[in-house]
Amino acid sequence: MNAKIEELKEKARRLRIDIVRTLHHSKSGHTGGSLSVIDILTVLYYYKMSHNPKDPKWAGRDRLVLSKGHAAPAQYVALADCGYFPKEDLKMLRQLGGHLQGHPDSKGTPGIEVCTGSLGQGLSMAVGMALALRLDSSSSRVYAVLGDGELQEGQVWEAAMASAHYRLDNLCIIIDANGLQIDGEVAKVMGVEPITGKFDSFGCHVIEVDGHDVEALVKAFDDAERIKGKPVAIVARTVKGKGVSFFENKASYHGVTPSDEELPKALECLGESCDGGEK
Amino acid sequence: MSSIATRDAYGEVLAELGAENENIVVLDADLSGSTKTSGFAKKFPERFFNMGIAEANMIGTAAGLAAAGKIPFASTFAIFAVGRAWEQVRQSVAYPKANVKIVATHSGITVGEDGGSHQAIEDIAIMRAVPNMTVIVPADGMETKLAVRAAAAYNGPVYVRLGRNKVPTIFDENYQFVIGKGVQLRAGSDLTFIGTGLMTAQALAAAEKLSEAGISARVIHMPTIKPIDEEIIIAAARETGAIVTAEEHSVIGGLGGAVSEVLCDRFPAPVKKVGLNDRFGLSGKSDELLKYFGLMPEDLVAAAKEVLQRK
Repeated sequence: MNAKIEELKEKARRLRIDIVRTLHHSKSGHTGGSLSVIDILTVLYYYKMSHNPKDPKWAGRDRLVLSKGHAAPAQYVALADCGYFPKEDLKMLRQLGGHLQGHPDSKGTPGIEVCTGSLGQGLSMAVGMALALRLDSSSSRVYAVLGDGELQEGQVWEAAMASAHYRLDNLCIIIDANGLQIDGEVAKVMGVEPITGKFDSFGCHVIEVDGHDVEALVKAFDDAERIKGKPVAIVARTVKGKGVSFFENKASYHGVTPSDEELPKALECLGESCDGGEK
Repeated sequence: MSSIATRDAYGEVLAELGAENENIVVLDADLSGSTKTSGFAKKFPERFFNMGIAEANMIGTAAGLAAAGKIPFASTFAIFAVGRAWEQVRQSVAYPKANVKIVATHSGITVGEDGGSHQAIEDIAIMRAVPNMTVIVPADGMETKLAVRAAAAYNGPVYVRLGRNKVPTIFDENYQFVIGKGVQLRAGSDLTFIGTGLMTAQALAAAEKLSEAGISARVIHMPTIKPIDEEIIIAAARETGAIVTAEEHSVIGGLGGAVSEVLCDRFPAPVKKVGLNDRFGLSGKSDELLKYFGLMPEDLVAAAKEVLQRK
């Protein structure tokens, strides 16, 4: 297990490098939220979820809905690394002619289940998938990843209510709680705390975890699978921009990409030199 | 065949479809008794999901069910399905081209006593503007059953607009409904009425009145507003030279708008649009409201005489 944890940590570091390089190249996209969610996505794609990059529509797969769709670069680098599409495609992120849209689009990108990014809508779709899988007596699970700013959308709570009402224990909600949104601190824009208390009162089993502690995430996802009769909400406390010191905890890096000057410094933070070799 | 409300026909056909295809699931937002999805709910409780008074989540949940291979029918009143949940319809259903059927009842002013707040008079325009969306407005019970069956067989988003009250029967069991096809119900050479929903019956009555005055009016029923049957519109304009559209909807952006767009692009001809003139509805009995807002056969006769002056 320890070897697996170390492998996941290294994978997350490599994917952070891919995110930084991809966003530097595209010159458009969301850096902070991609870096805050990548440990969560790493544990899901490389440890927890059953999925098959060679057969993206395999009926037995677990489903991931990235409701905070602006963090698409994090999902794209993971999908490319898993082999859903060539890594070369990352160079066409947000470009006309590429399939990697600014926000996840199931029509063109293998491995994307639904269209997300208009905040507040992903959890409802995850609820629908979980209902359908249960009707089919499938053992597949659904993972919905939301931002904490996104919790300001009322639809999230309609969906949370429904997930508990229908006792969807095949649904795991993950909150990437990095505490920041476009206009600043979530607490100052429109406070959403206590997040754990809210999901608890809506009828979910709540687990709070350090969203960058890979070992803790592994345990949280394993524990979540054992909860019966109700959905699980994992509140992952994260740092926006995590891994690149000068991006961390800065709302100003929400929708800003690394500049030419920042790229080598960002890669250095991630233990990588700019020419691609290990430091 | 006795006249029934289109919503009642929906309830009947939905229960039939449920027995024929186990992938069909139904969602409602606390209005299953009114939208008539309650019949399906009784027969197939495990495939019926009451989502409570939360239309945004209902539409998103339907999209998720579709993404996992189901054929969801989501129903509530038109004002909520199209109004409250519009962005969910756009982002979660139309944008991914999800196989979701949105069947809304209580459209238009014939909602009656509940009043303008509950009378959707913009829904055709709103849904028609969304890419990937098919928009169907049946005229009677038989057509509703066939249209709902066609929607279930079609792979993609469909909006079906139904009404609250009983409507005259126009079609029998020999009728072939095809998505995207208009139907000529009466031959005529002086002008053409193009109606949709319950206004097609009003157009037939108006054509009868005009014939007594020696005016020959063609009547076309247009059940699919999108994709609209361009050829039947252009043939009518070419052969009769004047068009009157009739809809229980705003004159902005609905059937009249769609017909005008086709003619402007391909065969300019005089058009008179009959519908709600950029105003909200009111409380009242539905018959009174149809008179008050000028949606009676005599109003269509007046519109015909006006448009004939412009030929």
